[in-house]
Amino acid sequence: MSYQIPKFRHPDLPVNELGYTRADYEGAISTLCAGCGHDSISGSIVRACHELNLEPHRIAKLSGIGCSSKAPTYFLGKSHGFNSVHGRMPSVVTGAAMGNRDLLYLGVSGDGDTASIGMGQFAHAIRRNLNMVYIVMNNGCYGLTKGQDSATADEGSASKKGDPNPFSAIDLPGLALQLGATFVARSFSGDKGQLVPLIKAAMSHRGFALIDVVSPCVTFNNNAGSTKSYEFVREHAEATGTVDFVPMREEITAHYAPGTGTEVTLHDGSVLHLEKLDEELDPFDRLSAMVAIEKHRAAGEILTGLIYIDKDSRDLHDVLETSRRPLNTLTEEDLCPGNKVLANINSSLR
Amino acid sequence: MQSLQSVNEFVIKFANVNGTGSASANNLFAKAIFRMGVPVCPKNIFPSNIQGLPTWYEVRVSERGYLGRRGGVDIMLSVNPQSMPQDIREVEPGGYFIYDNTKPLDLRLVRNDVNIIGLPLTRICNDEYKDPRQRQLFKNVIYVGALAALLDMDFAVLTGLVSDQFKGKDKLILPNIHALELGYQYAKENFACPIGVRVRTADKVGDKVLLDGNTALGLGAIYGGATVAAWYPITPSTSVVDAYEKYAKRLRIDPGTGRKNYAIVQAEDELAAIGMVVGASWNGARAFTATSGPGLSLMAEFLGLAYFAEIPTVLFDVQRAGPSTGMPTRTQQSDILAAAYASHGDTKQVLLFPSTPKECFDFGALSFDLAERLQTPIILMTDLDLGMNDNMSEPLEWDDERRYDRGKVLNAEDLDRMERFGRYLDVDGDGICYRTIPGTHPEKGAFFTRGTSRDEYAVYTERGEEYAKNMQRLLAKWETIKEWVPKPIEQDCGQDTDTAVLYFGTSEESAREALDYLAEDGLRINAMRVRAFPFNRDVEAFLERHERVFVIEQNRDAQLRTLLMAEFELGPDKLKSVLCYDGTPISARNIRQQILQQMPGHNVTPLRRDRLVSAAGE
Ligand SMILES: Cc1ncc(C[n+]2csc(CCOP(=O)(O)OP(=O)(O)O)c2C)c(N)n1
Ligand code: SF4
Ligand SMILES: [Mg+2]
Repeated sequence: MSYQIPKFRHPDLPVNELGYTRADYEGAISTLCAGCGHDSISGSIVRACHELNLEPHRIAKLSGIGCSSKAPTYFLGKSHGFNSVHGRMPSVVTGAAMGNRDLLYLGVSGDGDTASIGMGQFAHAIRRNLNMVYIVMNNGCYGLTKGQDSATADEGSASKKGDPNPFSAIDLPGLALQLGATFVARSFSGDKGQLVPLIKAAMSHRGFALIDVVSPCVTFNNNAGSTKSYEFVREHAEATGTVDFVPMREEITAHYAPGTGTEVTLHDGSVLHLEKLDEELDPFDRLSAMVAIEKHRAAGEILTGLIYIDKDSRDLHDVLETSRRPLNTLTEEDLCPGNKVLANINSSLR
Repeated sequence: MQSLQSVNEFVIKFANVNGTGSASANNLFAKAIFRMGVPVCPKNIFPSNIQGLPTWYEVRVSERGYLGRRGGVDIMLSVNPQSMPQDIREVEPGGYFIYDNTKPLDLRLVRNDVNIIGLPLTRICNDEYKDPRQRQLFKNVIYVGALAALLDMDFAVLTGLVSDQFKGKDKLILPNIHALELGYQYAKENFACPIGVRVRTADKVGDKVLLDGNTALGLGAIYGGATVAAWYPITPSTSVVDAYEKYAKRLRIDPGTGRKNYAIVQAEDELAAIGMVVGASWNGARAFTATSGPGLSLMAEFLGLAYFAEIPTVLFDVQRAGPSTGMPTRTQQSDILAAAYASHGDTKQVLLFPSTPKECFDFGALSFDLAERLQTPIILMTDLDLGMNDNMSEPLEWDDERRYDRGKVLNAEDLDRMERFGRYLDVDGDGICYRTIPGTHPEKGAFFTRGTSRDEYAVYTERGEEYAKNMQRLLAKWETIKEWVPKPIEQDCGQDTDTAVLYFGTSEESAREALDYLAEDGLRINAMRVRAFPFNRDVEAFLERHERVFVIEQNRDAQLRTLLMAEFELGPDKLKSVLCYDGTPISARNIRQQILQQMPGHNVTPLRRDRLVSAAGE
């Protein structure tokens, strides 16, 4: 069952430029387990959209199947949503994005949904640089089917069932870089301070933006011995740096000491301010990003933060040279060549 | 030996090696007959291979207008030593076997009841051309020239066609005409031309066109307003998207900006292809995919989602011989059940059965209207025979007054006037609910599309009554659908009869011809061609009116018959099967034979040759 959130609002909740409170970006009350990492991520999405002044109805949220894929019910209640089939959300987003280039596409998936059944579609959406935000709520297990190991479970990590996972893990950011992703980040559901600006930056990026968010499953994979538990992640997360996101119309307030960070102007004019902590990572260089991921992995650490960005990326519409008018707004006048043309075609067939 | 005599009624078959450029020469031959005003129907019989295996091209020539396969071969033109033993065996007694006699014919193959004509094609080419590629290509053109003499064809029509074909590549015109002349001269000088079988200029073609079903479908998608095409290559459906792309490049470029008013995505597999179609359609764009059997199997899960979540979806299935990879370049109608009940759970899918290129175009465009009107997948079932062969067809037509039927879609003003929007609320009582396109209204109309059960307001529920009510409504919608899909076409024999045939798709031409044969046998039967599933009430009434109905179809398991039995709760004794599933299109003789065999009190009399020739109009 989903419950609609009660309509009563406190009169002095802060509103954004559109006059919406944060509650206007919420959805139905969550039915996930109390403490599930996925709910925190939903909260970060709500905050990011509110602060970005996005019109909720111009966002489309799509997902596959899993606890994570249910999450879109629990945020952005004014947006159209599509809970599709297991592992196939990327193809649905591809079609939707081809049909209307003007909406913001937010895909939500799980590690099972992405790294197993949906691996092919995930890989090919990246190759095409589909203009979307792709959030993986990564708990290293199949929550909805009761805790089996997923393909992102680290080798040796043990879920509540107890047996250490004998297979090597798929590292989604590393894979995405190899496939040509133009925006790659990793975060932790428990670190809103990092996650919210990353979501904002991903939403302003033109092209495929992956955020792999480690999101503990409190019911099946939050035990000692699991590398996807709250405790383990808190202890082993290594941030690339701090990220601050400044929307297009806001002035950059000069609280950064000169020379301490890098500013990146994104496609829509907003600015990302990166304060580096990792000396060796150059987030504008794919190779450097790949090396950094592997080095931290070898050291038993989880690299978080913005790992790579290509701010000049060309998305699928750019490559296909489709009309700037959304294809779903075209009418008979634009689409149907009419009977005279058909008569000429007939003549060529005699 | 009595030689076959016939004017404008015969079957000629070309036996070639694939990858040797024979297709365009054979095509030239068929098109020349078409331009001489004589109805023609060429069929490719080709291997799943790029180079080196036997391939055939069978041309039915029929002034009487029979365009299906008749069965049997009157003239065999064999330039493939590999298939020669089989080829010569196929020739009708009194028929003609024309071959490349540069190498003498194996004496063991010689038949005394067949006219054997040797053309030294390889020798002529070796004498004339130095370049090996030219030798190979022109060999084909030379035999077309020889046929022109042997069959008394209008040579000017051939040269005219060559000029049209190479317009823009004018350098190629003269060498091709020269090759035609080489063949023509050789035949004239060495044989008594014409032979017994001849082509005579007629006026039986009218304004018809020669066109393959896949091109017509691609055009149907253009005219029907499809803007998103997603697909994964598979024979025999690939040329649907090729055609769509070819015409889109010509007709769908925005004149102001030079940008495309369409998007084609070559997907990573068929699952993704149909997922893209579902996504685009959900978002209010017209979208389609084209595939064949293996792809249909992969698409099943999404087809169930589209059925249950009620998302317009257009799928063209160009059927080939299954199961599994089967015979990928041979024809069949064997995806009927897999498509009709595609996906797990209680699902029923709407099928359309075109039988001509004109219908491919019409139904192709109609699919988009129906998908949006009925909010469900529309699966257009064509096959390799119709899709990949040139078929003589009525010209394509479009009514410029026609508007696309976008179905029940609410815009922002509609939503403003509403108290509460219910995506799955049956307001009109026809089982079809109103939908909204994402991004329409800031406050109203958003809902969660899902494959899980939900109530009338699209809110997730596991309450059994709500689930059952929704499933009932989908059945009510199924009844409505019967009113919207194309109606069957009946052909009354004009006499009282308790026997009928029922068929669909590409069995039509052969069935029509078989009915004429049967009439000559003294058996009069009514006919119905069904054009869609669900079957509407006319089909039920037709079945009720007859004691015995032969269901003609091109698969082993009598799939359409099964569907009729399931939908109408009919007993098996009323419906008899006439089947063909060897991968070739069903022939008229085959249909006649199978019907006679199953008629009470009728002994099978194999068609005698003299009777056949008379049936062929001489
Ligand atoms: C085709 C198909 N196979 C299997 C399932 C069963 N199933 C539902 S969710 C799921 C795994 C989900 O794991 P993940 O994506 O990691 O999501 P989580 O629940 O962990 O958030 C599976 C196997 C299904 N729904 N569909
Ligand atoms: S089972 Fe795990 S993933 Fe699913 S809701 Fe519960 S805590 Fe979250
Ligand atoms: Mg998971």
